Amino acid sequence: MTSSFIHPALIMIVGACLLPLVRGPFRKPYLFLIPLLTFIDVVYLSQHPGTYGVFQFMNWELTFGRVDRLSMIFGFIMALMAIIGTIYGMHVEDEWQHIAAWFYVAGSLGAIYAADYITLFLFWEMMAFASTFLIWARKDEEALAAGYRYILVHTFGGVVLLLGFVLRYQATGDLSFGQLNVSSPELYTWLIMIGLMLNAAVPPLHSWLPDAYSKATAVGAVFMCAFTTKTAVYTLIRSCSGFEVLIYLGVIMAIYGIIYAVMENDVRKLLGWEIVSQVGYMVAGIGIGTSLAINGAAAHAFAHILYKGLLFMAAGAILTSTGRQKLTQLGGLYKKMPATMVFMLIGGLAVSGLPLMSGFISKSMIITAAFESHLLWVGFALILVSAGTFLAAGLRLPYLIFFGKNNCSKETWEKAQDPSWNMQLGMAIGGFLCIFLGCYTPFLYSMLPNTDVTFHPYNAYHLSETLQVMAFTGFGFFMLRNYVLPQNTISLDMDWFYRMGGRAFLWTVKNPLQWFDTALGKFTKSLLLTV
Amino acid sequence: MIINLIDYLRDRLQTVIYCCYGVMAFIVIWSMSVDTSHAHTWAEKMIPGFWSLFGLGSCAVVIMVARWYGKSGIQAREDYYDK
Repeated sequence: MTSSFIHPALIMIVGACLLPLVRGPFRKPYLFLIPLLTFIDVVYLSQHPGTYGVFQFMNWELTFGRVDRLSMIFGFIMALMAIIGTIYGMHVEDEWQHIAAWFYVAGSLGAIYAADYITLFLFWEMMAFASTFLIWARKDEEALAAGYRYILVHTFGGVVLLLGFVLRYQATGDLSFGQLNVSSPELYTWLIMIGLMLNAAVPPLHSWLPDAYSKATAVGAVFMCAFTTKTAVYTLIRSCSGFEVLIYLGVIMAIYGIIYAVMENDVRKLLGWEIVSQVGYMVAGIGIGTSLAINGAAAHAFAHILYKGLLFMAAGAILTSTGRQKLTQLGGLYKKMPATMVFMLIGGLAVSGLPLMSGFISKSMIITAAFESHLLWVGFALILVSAGTFLAAGLRLPYLIFFGKNNCSKETWEKAQDPSWNMQLGMAIGGFLCIFLGCYTPFLYSMLPNTDVTFHPYNAYHLSETLQVMAFTGFGFFMLRNYVLPQNTISLDMDWFYRMGGRAFLWTVKNPLQWFDTALGKFTKSLLLTV
Repeated sequence: MIINLIDYLRDRLQTVIYCCYGVMAFIVIWSMSVDTSHAHTWAEKMIPGFWSLFGLGSCAVVIMVARWYGKSGIQAREDYYDK
């Protein structure tokens, strides 16, 4: 490797491997130090763009370190989230969770700096396998099953991606990971896009997300909500910008996610559906493909990691203290968890795009890009989803957890309290950054990949548009709130097909196939005895 | 402090609701004085308080579609997959 290049993923991997050796009073400082060193490395690299870590492996040239404006912004936010997530999870004694989380972050950083498909695939799979352990770490039956579903789905996605880039290599002899020819896509273009789309949770390949994120540990979900989908968004920006089908898929995704979020009873599943919806904005932006739209997708991914991380941290705090994550088992908790309530409100308002919050300066960029590209239906659909987002995450969620009817059992109520100092510190950092980004736009805008466009979110018309939509969405919620009360139900989704398909397969193997096998065995045995 | 503030506001819920109505009215009236040169369609320029109507309509549509979709068989018992 180039002497001045230390791959940020390497720091996380070495840090994870050495973690079991660091015990006692050194553990917590060490937990803070490794992500901090990674972050410093990422910041250092961002000052020195270029290509690093080039290796010859068999006949292929592998490039581990492509540092440009696009990889810089994603690397920056991933490393920052690794610090926040680790601080939030500092109280966790189970070292395997920390190890899995750090390998997961390393996978994400490795994929972001990779410049060829083999390196990308290596880190892509590292992400999938490491994150599975964050689900299994919860150690109950539901988490075990969800983890298996998660890894099976992601293995399928990995195989599709592998098939895509192998076919491309066969056809072009090129393994470099860059913009694909989306104007005349080949079979391999579609396969690569589908492989990447699965990790971005684009319907119909999305069901793994709310399923897995709601079953992971409290800390695991905080990491998971940040890395998988946003790394996929990065890879889609890198390879599929301007692919028109992504506009349609992105809008469908945004609407689909918000409809399910409004129906949902499980807090973390609701937030999972919100991710599907918000990543829909980014996917639509990638499909539009203009400089402003790509900047919007990158900015929204950056802002999204922070506010969604904050919401998952608040949800995790509720789960940790009460042991409950269903809206039908919560309510009135502002008296018991006031700090958590404030952080969840900040996250909810940030995701809703309230002025002076991070969501306002990022999602409006994608909507403006849609209107400027004369895609009026896209712009209006995404504003409709903005109203739905405020309804689901900014109003319904905090109302039902903190203010609405108290559905807590006596035991839940007694246990409810604000979480430990480190969890509150993680949330405070996340909350501060949500407000800071919204108030000081140059911080985020100066990092965006395309420098040929500018965007000014704070003009009177945009403020008036946003405030009207939000105020009247609030009024709508006030009038119709009885129609969105939670129920003890689950919402059937695309996972029905593989869950029921799996059962049908198992039944076929256990019954007719087993019967046939037994009968064949008996027949052969009797035939041999006769002879 | 936050708890006391929320309790204070809950005790005066009707006043809070009237204040919210006042804020909504202010936003709509203010929006009519805003320069619409940044508007994307004629509807935004011609219909006063267009985005207020759009926000209210969007909220109602999302709630009603979610409710209809859920009732159409998508919302199932929690033990659906356990059987």
